[in-house]
Amino acid sequence: MYQYIAKRVLLVIPTLFGAAALVFILMRLIPGDICVVRLGAGGGRFDEHAINLCHAENGMDRPLIVQFLSFVWGFCHFDFGISMWSGKPVSLEILTRVPISLEIALLATVIAILIAIPLGTISALKQNTWIDVLVRTVAIGGIATPSFWLGIISILLVLDVTNAITGTPWMPPIEYVPIWQDPVRNLEMAFLPAVTVGYRYAAVSMRMTRSAMLEVLREDYIRTARAKGLVEKLIINRHALKNALLPVVTVIGIEFAFLIGGLVVTEQVFNLNGIGRLFVQAVQNQDYTLTQALVMLTVAIFVLTNLVVDLFYAWLDPRIRFA
Amino acid sequence: MKFDDADTVIARGVATSNLEVSGTNDAAPLERDYLVAALLAKNTEGTNRPMRLAVTAILLGAALLGAVLATPVLAADEPKHGGTLTYLIPADAPPSFDGHRETTFATVHSAAPFYSVLIRVNPDNPSSTTDFVCDLCTEMPKPTDDGKTWTFKIRDGVKWHDGVPLTAADVAATWQDIVHPPAGVTSARESYYIMVDSIEAPDASTVVFHLKFATGAFLPALADPFAWIYKKATLDKDPHWYEKNILGSGPFKFDGYEVGQSIKGVRNPDYYHKGLPYLDGFVAIYAPKENVRVDAIRSDRAQMEFRGLPPAAEDQLRKTLGDKLAVQTSDWNCGNMITINHAKKPFDDARVRRALVLAIDQWHGAPGLSKVANVRTVGGLVFPGSPLAATKDELEQIAGYWPDIEKSRAEAKRLLKEAGAEGLSFELLNRNVFQPYGYVGTWIIDEWSKIGLHVTQKVEPTGPWYDEMRSGNFSVVLEANCQGVVNPLLDVGKVLPHSVYTENYGNYQDQPEIDLYQRMIHETDFTKQRALMRDFEKYVLDTQAHAFVMTWWYRIVPYRAYVKGWKISPSHFLNQDLATIWLDK
Repeated sequence: MYQYIAKRVLLVIPTLFGAAALVFILMRLIPGDICVVRLGAGGGRFDEHAINLCHAENGMDRPLIVQFLSFVWGFCHFDFGISMWSGKPVSLEILTRVPISLEIALLATVIAILIAIPLGTISALKQNTWIDVLVRTVAIGGIATPSFWLGIISILLVLDVTNAITGTPWMPPIEYVPIWQDPVRNLEMAFLPAVTVGYRYAAVSMRMTRSAMLEVLREDYIRTARAKGLVEKLIINRHALKNALLPVVTVIGIEFAFLIGGLVVTEQVFNLNGIGRLFVQAVQNQDYTLTQALVMLTVAIFVLTNLVVDLFYAWLDPRIRFA
Repeated sequence: MKFDDADTVIARGVATSNLEVSGTNDAAPLERDYLVAALLAKNTEGTNRPMRLAVTAILLGAALLGAVLATPVLAADEPKHGGTLTYLIPADAPPSFDGHRETTFATVHSAAPFYSVLIRVNPDNPSSTTDFVCDLCTEMPKPTDDGKTWTFKIRDGVKWHDGVPLTAADVAATWQDIVHPPAGVTSARESYYIMVDSIEAPDASTVVFHLKFATGAFLPALADPFAWIYKKATLDKDPHWYEKNILGSGPFKFDGYEVGQSIKGVRNPDYYHKGLPYLDGFVAIYAPKENVRVDAIRSDRAQMEFRGLPPAAEDQLRKTLGDKLAVQTSDWNCGNMITINHAKKPFDDARVRRALVLAIDQWHGAPGLSKVANVRTVGGLVFPGSPLAATKDELEQIAGYWPDIEKSRAEAKRLLKEAGAEGLSFELLNRNVFQPYGYVGTWIIDEWSKIGLHVTQKVEPTGPWYDEMRSGNFSVVLEANCQGVVNPLLDVGKVLPHSVYTENYGNYQDQPEIDLYQRMIHETDFTKQRALMRDFEKYVLDTQAHAFVMTWWYRIVPYRAYVKGWKISPSHFLNQDLATIWLDK
């Protein structure tokens, strides 16, 4: 088991290095110059001297290999540099946004798990009944509905319903407050986006749970368990569900990693100052340092999540553990 | 308010009608009562004497009743201290906090409340294009030395937010930084001050501007809303300090900034305009998406945004909020412009450029466009509210404004045929900002199709859009000329050749145009200057058709009716220090 973990951890290093090289090269291939964009953002005037100064300030006057090594070395000791756009430390730019993105991702995951696993299991157990049809319809609806559209509609619905009931329209707060400062306001802000994102997330997981359960329920060991007279609840919870969860855990892991940096449109719909919105700004502004750091953060989250999923696999399936 | 004669009151009513305010309004009902009374009085002229006496008696009675009824209105409109204004900034975040360097409203809306300026557009009369008042100075000076020396006396007792006294040396150092920036420092509006020779502070309370030549463009340029006064000691130590930090002497003190989220200010108890500001503080939330801003105003999460919303958003808010909403509107000192790249054939031919202009029916297009986009008034090179602007009759003499569009398009077709450019195909470069670029671009392509042109549209994000203009990689571009203080003599600089005005992308050289402009900017007699402006306008828009001006933008600011004390101006850069705003809650 320890060897298995060590192997997985060591694989992280070349993955991160490869990602770093890729993002560094790709950012330099994009046409344009951050200094030109930055200095002329509003149509302002600037001269060659100002551009040269901007290049020097951002270390862009150094050879590319030096820039790359500096970036990799900085990443190794968690120094991501200074944002070329705002002039603030990249770590500050990211850390400001992480809490809200992480909170939405966690809440959406909890919502998805709470909905997907029970409903997916029930759907499999009641295959081809009206319950199954209903659950499948809900799941297909979730996959087919874009989260941002659902977000817009849910805000309008909340505004209209609260207006009809109380005479005063209400919507979630649009300014983030940390949960330790004001838990109620924080949850007011996070709940609706988490539900709209969690619905799609739940739909994907629900379908996966259903199909995995159907497969497992047809296995010989389930038939054996039933034949030897085990209680149905025990068969489902201990023998069927645990085995069926393997692919579901993978889906949940990948979706969770995606949610940290991928809620680009949803964050805009709810005015959430999260990682997704920052990502778009960084690319639009051609902010190399910030984009590089964000890509590396996303890669790290994916790698870490996959590592956790792999470890979870080992816990769920002894064959992996003892192989 | 005293009774004026009927004509004066009507004139004032008409003049102020440009600033439409619905919902509750500061003293507006009283003014309207007088206006109605005055109109009635004017309409009674020529009737017989007993009748006039009777009417007069009724009017006097009505006026007295109006005055009595109006008293509680005035009392209710007495400014109240306290409360926090929450407003929205339609941007992700400002690129920096340095007003001298930046040109975006995101910087002004974020940081203007923290700063003072030397002079400014009168906050009580911001729709005026000629009313300038002191902020840090004690009184507006009269120029000496044939209009070439301006001496400003600086207020005593003004303190920076860190408690240090502000002196004339700070003001002079700030203006030195703007007018003659040191190497490596960007001053976005350096070119506004070509007339300034030197700036000095002979003592702690005097600042003197010495000009190279007298010009009417100087005073409006001095009222620039980005020209925040910075501390000399800080500038001396690090001229880039203000890009990332805030330290001013304005009505509010900096209270915190969350990158991409919000910026906060608290009342400055030492503010030099006594009794101001009324608010305890403000919170400005960055909200780039329009639907978020509209929903936030609807649900009272925020009270307003200052830049302006499109007509559809106004309609939606009016429908849902009714009398809880107030709306102020104004012509906007921003207009879309079509710039033609003379370096690309066949646009080096003035006949082709003129044909493009003649195809467009602004008079009939503007009313339709104004229903969906933030545009409204047809105008020439000069902002329509300015005394230097062309009248409708004058405009109708210029290509692109002819009253008979069929005649205009026939002439356009003739010119294209003569130039061998019939059925010309080209690409219109546009910016991916829907309001109003998207609407105007689509409309203009339809107009061009009416003279047989085949035009496609290339829409680019702001950065690449600028890049393509600067590199000359376009045929025709839809861009904008957006200014703060209405200063026509400088604002029209946008159409001067690139050698004179670096942000002109037409790629042409035109010495007669430059000479005409020089004569105009040096002319101090208003009547002669206005005549020169007409010549300049006709030359640029018609004779040479270097560029043409599309319908001017229209600013619509809907907000919660309990927000009082703010008056709209022709620019979203102006009147943003929030000092006079109060909450009627």
